[in-house]
Amino acid sequence: MPQAMDQRATPPPREYTDGSTAIVRAALEAGCNFFAGYPITPASPILTMMMREMPRVGGIAVQGEDEIASIGMCIGAVMAGARALTATSGPGISLYSENLGLAVMGEIPLVVVDVQRLGPATGGATTVGQGDVQFVRWGTSGGYPIIALAPSSVPECYHLTMKAFDLAERFRCPVFLLTDKELNMTMATVALDAYRPVDVRPRPRAEEPGRPYRYTPAEDVPPLRHYGAGETVRFTGSTHDERAFITKHPPTVDALNRHLAAKIEEHRDEIEMAAADLDPRAETLVVSYGVTAGAAREAVRRSRAGGAPLSSVVLQTLWPVPEATLRRAATGVRRVLVPELNLGQYRREVERVLPGMDVSGLNRVDGEMITPEQILEAVR
Amino acid sequence: MTTTITPLATYRNDLPYPFCPGCGHSPILDALNAALVNRGTDPANVVIVSDIGCSGLSDQYFITSAFHGLHGRSITYATGIKLARPDLDVVVVMGDGGTGIGGAHLLNAARRNIGITVLVFNNFNFGMTGGQHSTTTPAGAFTSTTSTGNLERPLDICGTVAVNGAGYVWRGTSFDADLPDRIAEAMDADGFALLDIWELCTAYFVRSNKYTRRAFQTTLDELGWPAGIIQQRPDLPEYAAAYRAAAKPGRSSVSAAPIPVTQRSTLDRRYTLLVAGSAGGRVRSGVRLTAQAAIRSGLYAAQADDYPITVRSGHSLSTLVLSPAPLDFAGVGVPDALVILSEDGLAKSKALLPRLSPESLVMAFPDVAALETPARLMVLDPGVSSTRLARADHGLAACAAAVSILGLFPTAALVEAAAASGRLAEELGKVVAAGLEIGAAAR
Ligand SMILES: Cc1ncc(C[n+]2csc(CCOP(=O)(O)OP(=O)(O)O)c2C)c(N)n1
Ligand code: SF4
Ligand SMILES: [Mg+2]
Repeated sequence: MPQAMDQRATPPPREYTDGSTAIVRAALEAGCNFFAGYPITPASPILTMMMREMPRVGGIAVQGEDEIASIGMCIGAVMAGARALTATSGPGISLYSENLGLAVMGEIPLVVVDVQRLGPATGGATTVGQGDVQFVRWGTSGGYPIIALAPSSVPECYHLTMKAFDLAERFRCPVFLLTDKELNMTMATVALDAYRPVDVRPRPRAEEPGRPYRYTPAEDVPPLRHYGAGETVRFTGSTHDERAFITKHPPTVDALNRHLAAKIEEHRDEIEMAAADLDPRAETLVVSYGVTAGAAREAVRRSRAGGAPLSSVVLQTLWPVPEATLRRAATGVRRVLVPELNLGQYRREVERVLPGMDVSGLNRVDGEMITPEQILEAVR
Repeated sequence: MTTTITPLATYRNDLPYPFCPGCGHSPILDALNAALVNRGTDPANVVIVSDIGCSGLSDQYFITSAFHGLHGRSITYATGIKLARPDLDVVVVMGDGGTGIGGAHLLNAARRNIGITVLVFNNFNFGMTGGQHSTTTPAGAFTSTTSTGNLERPLDICGTVAVNGAGYVWRGTSFDADLPDRIAEAMDADGFALLDIWELCTAYFVRSNKYTRRAFQTTLDELGWPAGIIQQRPDLPEYAAAYRAAAKPGRSSVSAAPIPVTQRSTLDRRYTLLVAGSAGGRVRSGVRLTAQAAIRSGLYAAQADDYPITVRSGHSLSTLVLSPAPLDFAGVGVPDALVILSEDGLAKSKALLPRLSPESLVMAFPDVAALETPARLMVLDPGVSSTRLARADHGLAACAAAVSILGLFPTAALVEAAAASGRLAEELGKVVAAGLEIGAAAR
């Protein structure tokens, strides 16, 4: 075979690892000190690692009796000052649903990993899928904004886990990390300098006691107060005033509900992340996320190597939709391709953001991954 | 934990209770207040975790900390709070409704013996939603959902949590003069404490059943259940304390384990190798070591494993993707080389055989080597090695043989990777050496 190896003298050190490990490592570095979860493939490795690691670092990890208990324990622990993570797959997200609403309403910072597997119900436990994209967005009653990040590589699993912790603290809300079976369980080679840590902001100390919530200005996020810090703290999942007493007073209820939306909607620039790799000559833009983005990046490389310009946007934030980035990236192209391991869930968003544009999907729900060849075929 | 210097005269705020006249919730909350006054804990360090229902409104009438969450889940929040801050006094106030929808949590909190105090405001029906029957409605009772009399047997809350290891269990009524003392006693207990407090829902249960405080005893007698202290087990370890006692500081197993690049591969393109064997053949760990050796040779490796849910039986497949450039896509269609170790492996990879290209190579153990494929075929005979190989060595030995035959990277990298395997170094080193012999013989 011809000699065509990397000619650098000493390549940076590398490791052989997977997305689950990167997520756990990032969580620990982010200061996570509470985990509760219930076994489910392909999220179980996170549970197993957390159960092993937490007692070593002075944290707590519990295997709950079910997913409802697991997320409930996390929410309770956050109110007692902990920084918490939980991890599951689609069936478990179903059981998280009501408590996700509680975390939204009670303004609880919490990172929730959804390691997606294929299909509704038990589906394909060991099969890759991206079918929870709209589910995490609309997965609890009331219909309030949610933040969801989607790593597309092991280093991004690390980076976006830390980012998720930071955003959860910043906006006092649950933040999803949407991954999948392949990303979490396929072993990969990672150059250590590819890991980008995030400074996860500390929890600010609250000034005025007795007011755990604040609705004006609507987009402001009041500091989280927790139990056992010297003052009485109230928490509630019912519609409440700023002192966490239940109320139906219309102006207060209105202010509360608008606040829950505004604190995220008004700060989209702090949340929306995407990697645009644009070629001004390209006629086609590929919009991808998660494990499918790996194939998209590879397709872009091969297409360009073959002399055919192609543009790509890899979304790291799925919710809120990075609309401005999508509009900018689509300027000048004639069509947009959205490859996903579902029947076009995110394509709906792209179509909404780019009205009039020729948007097509490349979709697989057979448990196999979309390949670079398929993407090249679709953009031809 | 901070304790107030001057004892508080009350832990109530000045809001009047919202309950119906005669509702049992009010005297129970008065008893809770008396218990809190008696114990004197800083109200900030008492967390009342209220469930949903009329009883779920309770936290709003106290100056303590409070958590008002979802129906039936109060025990889970209380558990999280107690685990994170064992120094806090955590009191759950839940209705009998909560013991139904949250039954799993009740059982498991008792079993774990987590140090929270659960007050069940047991009025035999759902007050807030209009007097429907609950898990504790006595048989024959009339409710808005049991118009011909309840056909279900009531849940023995105390018996259930007691038999599952609760630290403190008491049954009584809202009329009992010793209720404040029992609540304080329960809060003083280290483990999971539960008080099943029978009381009257004057709006529904009393009206539909002509039920009175005297009827409590009749119902108890009919069921043959005891009242008073049912269990006290101070000997059982409390969970939050036990967790901390069992925890030992240690080195992280998720920190990066850098692999040095010491060898140089001449591989100039993406190359995929599928190893197909059986559970027990250590296929996955063999491929893993091979990947680490490839990384030592400057390559990028990725590995996807496929095995049935029953991991100790059936097939075990590992796909190794190698590339001189970073791998963004680790999927594999048809592999460049295929190693078949067993019937299980053959059965799972058979469909690929006709699709292999003539340039690709199949390496098979002798008993599965009778194959039809356009690819080149080579037999790997474990019998040629000077060491006798166990079945558990087959995965790694075959990988080493394949690497030497295919020339994917220097075999010295395999030897180094084995040597870097800590406790297993010697054993793995021998298997690698045997694999290299098998490879040499096959060539
Ligand atoms: C998930 C869910 N299901 C149903 C309800 C409606 N709900 C509110 S209170 C309640 C029952 C309350 O009964 P109980 O726990 O006995 O409390 P009580 O009102 O008798 O004090 C129900 C079913 C709810 N809030 N949440
Ligand atoms: S409905 Fe029943 S439980 Fe609710 S306040 Fe009235 S009497 Fe009490
Ligand atoms: Mg009730």
